[in-house]
Amino acid sequence: MKELVEMIAKSIVDQTDMVRVNEVQGEKSVILELSVADEDMGKIIGKQGRIARAIRTVVKAAATKEGKKVIVDIQEH
Amino acid sequence: MKIIKQEGKTVEEAIRAALEKLGIERENADIKVIEEGSKGLLGLIGSKNAVVEVKEKVDHVKVGIEFLKELFLKLPLEANVEVVEEETNEEQIYYNIESKDLGIIIGHRGETLDAVQYLTSLVINKNTNSYYRVILDAEGYRERRKKTLERLARKLAEKAVSTGRKVMLEPMSPQERRIIHMYLKDDPRVITYSEGKEPFRKVLIEKKETLDNE
Repeated sequence: MKELVEMIAKSIVDQTDMVRVNEVQGEKSVILELSVADEDMGKIIGKQGRIARAIRTVVKAAATKEGKKVIVDIQEH
Repeated sequence: MKIIKQEGKTVEEAIRAALEKLGIERENADIKVIEEGSKGLLGLIGSKNAVVEVKEKVDHVKVGIEFLKELFLKLPLEANVEVVEEETNEEQIYYNIESKDLGIIIGHRGETLDAVQYLTSLVINKNTNSYYRVILDAEGYRERRKKTLERLARKLAEKAVSTGRKVMLEPMSPQERRIIHMYLKDDPRVITYSEGKEPFRKVLIEKKETLDNE
């Protein structure tokens, strides 16, 4: 799941080497903390959060398959 | 994107050296001559090297396929992606997905398919000046959904006309709203419009006020 988020993020930002995904295991859910370069924040969130929403939708599909709850948390550096 | 500037004694030489460095064929390159270069007097005094800029042409269709393939690999889902040539042109790229897990790929009312489609369009249009519309289909899902929406539109238009009240539809994506608007555009009895903010924007169908209400 971590690799999935990393791959999507790297495909849409400019500064690919600044993409970090940190996986935090909770009891029932997994939190994926995604951070990108400040200049790329807009590229990962999008107008009215449209890009972030699309990423979450895809991750949700992957998570449903594995029967897990996955939260994608976009963080500033 | 691979791009280099190359000097050479002649334009031709510079181009050849640049193509070699990039490891690409001439037909896959965009070439810009920056400096023609000149031999100078007797090839000695005042000779100037030619300078060219060579850029690898981006195959947008391939960029999209590679992104989708990697995405499905990471999901992980077994899926086959191909380009629908007859629907692909200078403005639009149309992909079709085949998979045993089509239900997961499409998602509830196509939300996953729409999300993947949107991300693919971002990747394809990332480094271009031109814009490609990207359509992702899954074994005819788009056409089936269109038929369903048109049936729904017809039914709800009848309801708006017979009750005289406006009918509100569920939130839909811009593409789906467009299908409803287009379908009812020629129905003289009703008007359609959208209300609300994305992603909760929805279509409303209203009976047209008749001007000759005597």
